Amino acid sequence: MSTLTEAPPPLTPAAPEQKPPRIRGRWTPYWLLLPGILWLVVFFAAPMVYQASTSVQTGSLEEGYKVTWHFATYWDAVSEYWPQFLRSVAYAASATVLCLLLGYPLAYLIAFRAGRWRNLIMILVIAPFFTSFLIRTLAWKTILADGGPVVGALNTLHVLDVTSWLGWTSGDRVLATPLAVVCGLTYNFLPFMILPLYTSLERIDGRLHEAAGDLYAKPSTVFRKVTFPLSMPGVVSGTLLTFIPATGDYVNASLLGSADTGMIGNVIQSQFLRVLDYPTAAALSFVLMAAILAMVTFYIRKSGTEDLV
Amino acid sequence: MEQYEPDRLSPAQVAAMRRSLRSGRAALTRRSLLRASTGGALAVGGLGLLSGCGIPAAGKTEGGVSAEDHSKEEKEVRFSNWTEYMDVDESGRRHPTLEAFTKRTGIKVTYTEDINDNSEFFGKIQPQLAAGQETGRDIIVLTDWLAARLIRLGWVQKLDPANLPHAFANLSPQFRTPDWDPGRAYSYPWQGISAVIAYNKKALDGIEVKTVSDLLDNPKLKGRVGFLTEMRDTMGMTLLDMGKDPARFTDDDYDAGIARLQKGVDRGQIRRFTGNDYTSDLSKGDFAACLAWAGDVVQLKADNPDIDFVIPDSGYVTSSDNMLIPNKARHKTNAERLIDYYYEPGPAAELAAYINFVCPVDGVKDDLAKIDEDAANNPLIIPDKAMQAKSHSFRSLSSKEETAYEEKFAKLTGA
Repeated sequence: MSTLTEAPPPLTPAAPEQKPPRIRGRWTPYWLLLPGILWLVVFFAAPMVYQASTSVQTGSLEEGYKVTWHFATYWDAVSEYWPQFLRSVAYAASATVLCLLLGYPLAYLIAFRAGRWRNLIMILVIAPFFTSFLIRTLAWKTILADGGPVVGALNTLHVLDVTSWLGWTSGDRVLATPLAVVCGLTYNFLPFMILPLYTSLERIDGRLHEAAGDLYAKPSTVFRKVTFPLSMPGVVSGTLLTFIPATGDYVNASLLGSADTGMIGNVIQSQFLRVLDYPTAAALSFVLMAAILAMVTFYIRKSGTEDLV
Repeated sequence: MEQYEPDRLSPAQVAAMRRSLRSGRAALTRRSLLRASTGGALAVGGLGLLSGCGIPAAGKTEGGVSAEDHSKEEKEVRFSNWTEYMDVDESGRRHPTLEAFTKRTGIKVTYTEDINDNSEFFGKIQPQLAAGQETGRDIIVLTDWLAARLIRLGWVQKLDPANLPHAFANLSPQFRTPDWDPGRAYSYPWQGISAVIAYNKKALDGIEVKTVSDLLDNPKLKGRVGFLTEMRDTMGMTLLDMGKDPARFTDDDYDAGIARLQKGVDRGQIRRFTGNDYTSDLSKGDFAACLAWAGDVVQLKADNPDIDFVIPDSGYVTSSDNMLIPNKARHKTNAERLIDYYYEPGPAAELAAYINFVCPVDGVKDDLAKIDEDAANNPLIIPDKAMQAKSHSFRSLSSKEETAYEEKFAKLTGA
């Protein structure tokens, strides 16, 4: 903040005498921060405090809920629902990897090879956002229908035998299996991967590629030594933007999955709305948040891009 | 369609057109999309949380808390209902039965379709009702179990029988004495909802399905049957199949029912548990057979001749959506008059012809036959004696039981 309050060196040919008004300047940054801070307090900090309080309450709807510092709720919740936690992380991680594999070539194409098609392809990437998340997910029920062409083709090619053996599908179907949930997650979060990748690829100076070529680097070496390292910020933010919401998602699991594919979001939702066990729902949300935070911190440290994100 | 002149169509034609318009995608609307989109529900829940730390105890008051009744000075009533649960004219914006009510009584009806999911709506009105504040609604429509919960919590007002002569006289016997509101002191049904077994003839390909046991045990149906996420419908049908009465069962019976379904899940017999989105699975043939709600089946059948239903010999579960007057409602008398109005055979028949659920009003058959002969003879809309005899309701649960049962059922469905 302090840099803002200091008089900047006169870059413009303005008269050196004309100092910026210091009094007003000192408070300006705070005024500018105010809306954001208010927003965070009302919609982030307050609910967090409330959630934290709920998670250590006990009671029932009739008697009301009181804070009793009942921390055992956390232990009970985790020991009861750890399979769903693991499943959520596994599904979200698979979807993130798939998104990266699908998204990187596409982002690369848009950034370097698309030419005059660039805008059109960008629109195609963003267009699905114009329909609701729910409709997009429901569409997969038609695409992957048991009697549909996709499942028919996969059956003919014996792909489903392999995925069945791996435990990703069961029988001759894709819907209501883990594979369908991962497909849905991948599809729904793909644009969150492509957009950051595109932004960071597009910023790479084309002359660097030329220079690498001039130094006799093969195209694959150029990619490995120049393009990919420079696109790391996009890779990291893309994976985070995909992984974090995918872990908490429950729409895909409830529409495309079965009773064996419940994710932690489904548990939180049903605890909160159907079972009316507010403390368990709050505790699960906190554990989920903590787990994601830990994983993300580890990931950012590992990828060595703290300063880039 | 060549000579389309809206004014000249007979009521039967109009009803048939409406039905065809409402089938297919529209049939999906009432519960499925939004039951599935619990995103909205969670958002509402999040707002509910904001209303202050700690959730106050329900203010228990026998008979509910009435505000001053402003019915005389303010000629209006505010009615909150489920989406697609009211008759609509050709323009799609006006509700003929409501307009007729206003014309007759001078009471203006503010009709809002803001209920999409019982649990979600409970999250929405719970903070106000718990704090003893007005909800801004005079009539709300809730399914049995939630109506029972609100009565248990003392959040709805006792109705004045003097204002409800038709309702008292015409309420169909099958809805008269629910154990959670004997004699209908607090609530009157808007429509009944029956859970039946629906199937897709093409997908079934000659396999016979008559009972819930067929769904759970026939190896040819592995991975192609569906059950409902609505605990009372799925468990009620399963208990009936096991020879237990959903109106009188014990904890052990319930656990046995859960275990029976769990086997179906473990063996991969049950494909998944659904809200109203079973309609698309069924018409595509991904479900060969499943538990279904009768009102949807009437519409699906009109759209797809392969879809049909069967009532198991062991019986079926009927629940209802009930009109209630929440505490502090400003226009109680007006609300009661509106409730009574829908128990007159004329308006009740018009409504039944349009929405295809179980009509809770006795003596509408003749009026309905004048509008739509098929609907009048459909046992899913006007149940005959044999149908009524097979109908069972799920008993009301104490709050402790409700939590325990919902928890076990949630585990079963994978959440």
